[in-house]
Amino acid sequence: MDARRVPRTVTDPKVRQVGFFAPVAPLDGSPSGPLRPTTPSPPVSGNSLSPVMIPLPRHLSSDNAPLSPLNAGGGDSFLPVGSYNPSEFSSPTATEDFSEDNFSKDTGWILNDNSGKIATSLTPGGADKAAVKQNTHSASGLTPGITDGGPPTEVQKEQAPVSSMPLKEKTTKAERRALQEAQRAAKASATAGGSKKSVAASAVVTSANANPKKVAKAPPQKKDSSSVAASEKRAGDRQTDKDRKKDVPHPRMQFDDEDRVEKAKKRSVVKQTEARNRVELFRHLPQYEHGTRLADLESKFFQLDPVHPAVYKVGLRFLSGDISGGNARCIAMLQAFQESIKDYSTRLEKTLIEKWDLPAKINGYVSFLIECRPLSISMGNAIRFLKTQIAELPLTMSESEAKASLLSDINRFINEKIILADKVIVRHAVTKIRDGDVLLTYGSSSVVEMIFLCAHELGKQFQVVIVDSRPKHEGKMLLRRLVGKGVSCTYTHINAISYIMHEVTRVFLGASSVLSNGTVYSRVGTASVAMVAHQFHVPVLVCCEAYKFHKRVQLDSICFNELGDPDAIARVSGKEDINYLDDWTSSENLQLLNLTYDATPSDYTSMIITEYGMIPPTSVPVIVQEYGGEHLWI
Amino acid sequence: MPDVNSLVNEFLIKLKKRKIEGSKATAKLTAELLRSFISQKRLPHTNQAGALIDAVKAVGEELINANPVELAVGNIVRRVLHIIREEDLSLTTAAVGGLSLSAESDNEDDVDQGDHPALSAAAVAAAARSTLRPPSLQTLLEDMPHSAAVPQTSSSGGDSEGKSKSADKNLMTRKLKHNVIEAVNELIQDISTCHELIAEQAVEHIHQNEVILTLGSSRTVTEFLCAAKEKKRSFRVFVAEGAPRYQGHALAKELAARGLQTTVITDSAVFAMISRVNMVIVGAHAVMANGGVIAPVGLNMVALAAQRHAVPFVVLAGVHKLCPLYPHNPEVLLNELKSPSELLDFGEFSDCLDFGCGSGSPLLHVVNPAFDYVPPNLVSLFITDTGGHNPSYMYRLLTDYYSPDDLVVRRRSTS
Repeated sequence: MDARRVPRTVTDPKVRQVGFFAPVAPLDGSPSGPLRPTTPSPPVSGNSLSPVMIPLPRHLSSDNAPLSPLNAGGGDSFLPVGSYNPSEFSSPTATEDFSEDNFSKDTGWILNDNSGKIATSLTPGGADKAAVKQNTHSASGLTPGITDGGPPTEVQKEQAPVSSMPLKEKTTKAERRALQEAQRAAKASATAGGSKKSVAASAVVTSANANPKKVAKAPPQKKDSSSVAASEKRAGDRQTDKDRKKDVPHPRMQFDDEDRVEKAKKRSVVKQTEARNRVELFRHLPQYEHGTRLADLESKFFQLDPVHPAVYKVGLRFLSGDISGGNARCIAMLQAFQESIKDYSTRLEKTLIEKWDLPAKINGYVSFLIECRPLSISMGNAIRFLKTQIAELPLTMSESEAKASLLSDINRFINEKIILADKVIVRHAVTKIRDGDVLLTYGSSSVVEMIFLCAHELGKQFQVVIVDSRPKHEGKMLLRRLVGKGVSCTYTHINAISYIMHEVTRVFLGASSVLSNGTVYSRVGTASVAMVAHQFHVPVLVCCEAYKFHKRVQLDSICFNELGDPDAIARVSGKEDINYLDDWTSSENLQLLNLTYDATPSDYTSMIITEYGMIPPTSVPVIVQEYGGEHLWI
Repeated sequence: MPDVNSLVNEFLIKLKKRKIEGSKATAKLTAELLRSFISQKRLPHTNQAGALIDAVKAVGEELINANPVELAVGNIVRRVLHIIREEDLSLTTAAVGGLSLSAESDNEDDVDQGDHPALSAAAVAAAARSTLRPPSLQTLLEDMPHSAAVPQTSSSGGDSEGKSKSADKNLMTRKLKHNVIEAVNELIQDISTCHELIAEQAVEHIHQNEVILTLGSSRTVTEFLCAAKEKKRSFRVFVAEGAPRYQGHALAKELAARGLQTTVITDSAVFAMISRVNMVIVGAHAVMANGGVIAPVGLNMVALAAQRHAVPFVVLAGVHKLCPLYPHNPEVLLNELKSPSELLDFGEFSDCLDFGCGSGSPLLHVVNPAFDYVPPNLVSLFITDTGGHNPSYMYRLLTDYYSPDDLVVRRRSTS
């Protein structure tokens, strides 16, 4: 982590000096973007945009050494900060594309830095975002002015939408407004003095260059563009403030708010009956009957038009508990979305502008899945990623292209954010296992399992203690798999944790999410295990992919949680004689509470192992800020 | 009446096979066994008390060894030994100073005894210390203010003694046995009613609208909570089910039937819920002299969570659970590993259990301990039938019930 960040901070000042003058020009002969800032107004520079897009990607990225450790190495998750730009993700075709995008992005970034006004007080991520915002803006304003310059072949695809849009004379209200605002903004920036000019110009350069797709984003997101435009009139810093405010996570749906619950009910596909003996303390969370839903949903199979069969299937499997575990659920959901995107068609029109209701469809699917089982935070992040990708598709892109792009985006998300990330985590974590260790884990975490198996394959001599708990007994499955592979295991239940902890040398835990105050949000019981380990001075290592990190903060396990099926508590599997609670619903004084998650305070966590390295819990907000922003997916 | 030896053997086997569950049941049965043992024991004419003590010690050692983890057995054996010593003492003091006894003081003591049997025992203990023991700092200090009271209290042990002041040696023989049996009966009575005495204090500790958490099930806790409910306190209870035996289910059902708002949670959710809990009330298996608690498994976790959230951790324990020993490595030495079948079905993993027989050790171990040790610093309060006590006071409380000579129950090498 540190090692990677150091070069960046060191080179920053350098970049600032070099970049302003001509960071790119000497690199290849092409008339490149950064030369443009001298042009007084954005529209003019916009006219001459096309050459900017030509830079030879390879040279640039290699020459630009200090800037591009940023070089996008395909799926390498060790990518440093700078390469996490959105444009990279939206151009799925080839690596050249990435590096080109990278480059242009970088130039934009340099110039931003130059302008000083924006960049001085910002974290890199913030600045980047600011640039993106401006991009979307001025680019949308620019489009009419662009003449159809003959762009080189490689860029043609991206160029096309930009040029074709004005031709179509598609002046919806939103677009006109965006245009106006952009012009206003341009004027404002023109008056703001030299440095400000350069900002605008750079924004233009980059946007037209790498992010023509952003154009697509501006018109549909009326609110977004207007707010940006408004804030752009103010100082650059302010804009990012606003940006940040917008980043504050939305308040969750509170189920004790009757109006909203009523509304939600009307929309819902799944019939949900309120549980009879609801726990007073958890009124704010959904408490529905579990037994009836599956059957009900199954019977509705042929009536559920709006839900794609693949999504439906996944939803059912979530509901029945067939798929559980953060990664598995996330992947299953994304794959179902892929299926649905494959089958999606805009019906009549050829381009996406005409009838692009995919976001709405996805929203429908998501709410269906939520009804099946509340989303995990990681799934929320994945959905947010997908929506960003959809929003960034250029409207003029043809349907098949758009679909292909989305499919590969999703594939890349699964590969890079989950599968590769796990591999990197395993590589990190295995270094923490020594011969003779006694490793304790709780429940069943896929990453932790991989770590144990990897260490076992490496020939390390260690013992595993699997701590399990009711009602899911996920540890049994893990136990079976580990023992099957020949790992020596000890199995016990969570109450015996204090007894077994004497012998343990390390605790490995999985997590459903890591919140930005360092709280580890995970399977219920994790907090107890971490607490006892802390008491016995045993290090607690939490393994969690960075896509599960979230901006939210939480102090206890009550404000937000998920409630499982209370009947699962009444039944004790394999013990028929414990049947006191069989008719528990008949007594109104008796409630069963089946919590699914709990929040482990950050002081119990010694270390969080992510694909970005091994960090203390205090560094979680840094990761969230630098890598987790909406626009900064790999 | 069946032969006492066969009774002893039967009880030994039960203990060894762990047929008797719960410290209270064990304590009661032990006391009853010792009562019949004493009643059938023929005593020599000289040094009766010594002979009786030796005999009881012999039986007690066997009983303790049969189930060393069930500390209640040892506690009761020590209590009975203590009773014998006290009765003997009171008889001798009565013989010496009996003539000076006045009728009124006798009557006062009778009343006293009816109300506070435990208190009178304490008084006897104090008397015993002052007369028999070589002077220690404590006895010196205690002697000063109470010197006047000594002759008075010394009579309390033998209430019927005043009527037989002029009895001869033979009578004295029967007297000792009779008194001891009386006192043991009292002890049994104490054991069976201890939870009532504890429950009486419930109102002082449970407030309106409180949220109380408990784990597993304990008769004492049930009575305690219900007593508070009967006094029109309305409060809510979270019951952690207490794996692997899930006695919490039964407790929850009973509490709900008595009209308490009860919520069953899994053991793993204890940490999550404890931030909303006002008080943790649990039962114990045994209380050690340092104030540490041997408790049903899982309670150490609960105690730690309670400490983290500054929630009072209250342990209810009858006096028969007070053990005069100091624990050494109690997690291991005073623990018991139960059958793995409580966690895993035998069929489920039978293929794995002997997986690595080639290397000598199987790949799969299952750990299922019965008890947890909760160190004294995690306990906020003990509530016993004599009132509430701090963990740090436990060592002192013990001196009222046990004589220091009996801490190690072992026959003298000569006998």
